[in-house]
Amino acid sequence: MTETQLLRWIVLLPLLAAVYHGVAIGVARRASDRRLVVAISCGAVIGTFVLACVALGKLVQIPRGPTRVLVDDVYTWIGAGVSSTRFSAELGFQVDPLSMTMLLIVSFVGSLIHVYSVGYMDDDHREDKGFQRFFCYMNLFMFSMLVLILADNVVLMFLGWEGVGLCSYLLIGFWYADRHNAYCGAKAFIVNRVGDFAFLIGIFLLFATLARAGTPVTAFRDIQAAFEGIRAATVAVPAWLPWGPAWPVVEVVALCFFIGACGKSAQLPLYVWLPDAMAGPTPVSALIHAATMVTAGVYMVCRLSFLFAAAPAASAVVAWTGGLTAVFAATIAIAQTDIKKVLAYSTVSQLGLMFLAAGCGGYGAAIFHLGTHAFFKALLFLAAGAVILAMHHEQDVRRMGGLRRRIKSTHLVFLIGVLAIIGAPGLSGFFSKDEILVWATRAPGGPWLYWIAVGTAGLTAFYMVRLYCLTFLGECRAPASVKEQIHEVGPWMLVPLFALAFFAVFSGYAGLPAVWGEELFGMDDSDSLGRFLAPVLAKVQGPQLEHSDEMRMAGTAVLVAGAGTLLAWLCYVRRPELPGRIAAAFAGAHRALLNKYWIDELYDALLVRPLVAFSDRVLFRLVDAGLVDGVLVNGTARSVRALASHGLKYAQSGLAQSYVFFMIAGAAALVGWLLR
Amino acid sequence: MVPISHVIGLSALLFMIGVAGVATRRNLIVVLMSIELMLNAVNLAFLGFNRMWADVDAVHRYDGQVFVLMVITVAAAEVAVGLGIVISMFRNRDSVNLEDVSLLKW
Repeated sequence: MTETQLLRWIVLLPLLAAVYHGVAIGVARRASDRRLVVAISCGAVIGTFVLACVALGKLVQIPRGPTRVLVDDVYTWIGAGVSSTRFSAELGFQVDPLSMTMLLIVSFVGSLIHVYSVGYMDDDHREDKGFQRFFCYMNLFMFSMLVLILADNVVLMFLGWEGVGLCSYLLIGFWYADRHNAYCGAKAFIVNRVGDFAFLIGIFLLFATLARAGTPVTAFRDIQAAFEGIRAATVAVPAWLPWGPAWPVVEVVALCFFIGACGKSAQLPLYVWLPDAMAGPTPVSALIHAATMVTAGVYMVCRLSFLFAAAPAASAVVAWTGGLTAVFAATIAIAQTDIKKVLAYSTVSQLGLMFLAAGCGGYGAAIFHLGTHAFFKALLFLAAGAVILAMHHEQDVRRMGGLRRRIKSTHLVFLIGVLAIIGAPGLSGFFSKDEILVWATRAPGGPWLYWIAVGTAGLTAFYMVRLYCLTFLGECRAPASVKEQIHEVGPWMLVPLFALAFFAVFSGYAGLPAVWGEELFGMDDSDSLGRFLAPVLAKVQGPQLEHSDEMRMAGTAVLVAGAGTLLAWLCYVRRPELPGRIAAAFAGAHRALLNKYWIDELYDALLVRPLVAFSDRVLFRLVDAGLVDGVLVNGTARSVRALASHGLKYAQSGLAQSYVFFMIAGAAALVGWLLR
Repeated sequence: MVPISHVIGLSALLFMIGVAGVATRRNLIVVLMSIELMLNAVNLAFLGFNRMWADVDAVHRYDGQVFVLMVITVAAAEVAVGLGIVISMFRNRDSVNLEDVSLLKW
């Protein structure tokens, strides 16, 4: 462990920028010059990336092993109690290989998206201070995300966890004048709260158990060190529950944490907010709802991998939830017509794959896919943003088409993104998805999850190629007025796109699986990301596969993806009348997909409306208006008034000496009582 | 040496005379004088206790006397304000009788 004061500055830089913007628009009430806003915001985030690189330089100088950690304890944030009941949470940051990986991804992708946002938000004149407000929220988000990643204890992590949720809410409802956007922001916030509640319970339960075992700690390192002491602990549950009446604490805590992760990372059944989060500006969708915040759940599961590795039942839940979410969201994506919605469901699906890997014990594979996904999904979103700007804020793919010749650079990078996500051999998505498939073979409950993952790969290829064909190939279906004005975006947006495209192609080689390293390049230590991460992740025995088996699995995946690609090409380029015919033949299934299985309607009927009705009738009218306002507030005032105006007021006679008399009488009574 | 009980007894007597004056006299100037009497009764008690404790507790030897000086200062200020009120009242009401000022009531 090495002390360094560097880490606090990584976190502080974006916060200082956000505070500057906040003061400018909130206190001074005047938007700063746009160039100054750009310089401060982008400067802060790029500065963060530079500091992250410096931290990487320091980290790799420490020899490999559990002590390869940089720490920065600023001060004790919360401290209460003594000795065995001592609760203390430090404001402390740590960088180990896991948080280093996340830190680099977040600060690098964040920097690129900040630069891109300059171009994207430049022509947005809906509000005077909008430009600065946008960057204020973005920097605040970077701060919260960095706190989440670098926190060395679970309480501080929760602070970052809530912070990113808040910024997500603020940015989804950024154009709040439109009621729908504000609604989507509130939806994201509330659905996340459900998960956060479970996360909190997990924290409480974990701490209570640790304290009972005599080790009241909150820091991740200390929890891991004290973990053996609570492995056998149980919580009492009603006997009629399955496996009752005593559940292992480890399983319950892991489940609670995973429910929290479900909220933040949009897994079944809490995924419903993410597609609606696309109401925000596109750079926000790329940064928060694709590359960074939604991966926080995966990061948290990997950060607590020692906990999940010791909880087989919870891990099985993680794997199955991930797998089912992956295939479920992929099927919905097939029928969506909004370019950003397709990408949103694709994000849900890919996050599901990451959880599938993490649930099977492939924490390294999950982080690897998290990284490559951050690059290619941010690329796809940003390219979609360029398309949307080019089409004058048109998002419906049915009114696009033929953009290949009109916006060539955007077309190129979008194509690279599509190839990366469908796992074209050699690109980043190919290697990371392969890793996940390998881990899926040791999934709990037989080979089902493996085939689900393979099927998801096929569906992914289908809907991504469909999206690409509808947007860029064929004839342009836009109205003539829009068609004439389709234009390529400026360099502020193109440069980040090409940078991301580069990493979408090559980032896979950072974690090149051993089989490819050995077979293709003759290296005997190829999985550099995996070896970098290994000391911090729980060691789970991976599947022992021959190289030929792994090759065959990769071949299967490529074949399935190829079939999906071919089918999409057939449907949307070769025979454009085919999709309509298929939709008509399977009208019921098509309607279900189009309406996203009516999940939103179901939640609305089952949860939202009863809750709103209960709040309105009981909590508002009965409790608030009736009890609190009527009885307590107004009732107190009324009774005091009645008492005073019919008696008490006569004590106020205006004669000073009668007051003196009362005073003396009171003093005498007091003295008498004291001397009794 | 005068025993402490005599000092406190005198102090209590003076205080009760002051209280009686405040409670019964209508003339504002006499009421003010009675208040002075009460304050000085308290001063006397302070001095008496100071003398009693002075030999026992060297650290707090002069505390009682310091309190007395404080009380005298405050009493002087209070008399200045009180007489100011009396003059102002006499100008407005041509009287210093407390019963003539009873407007502030229900």
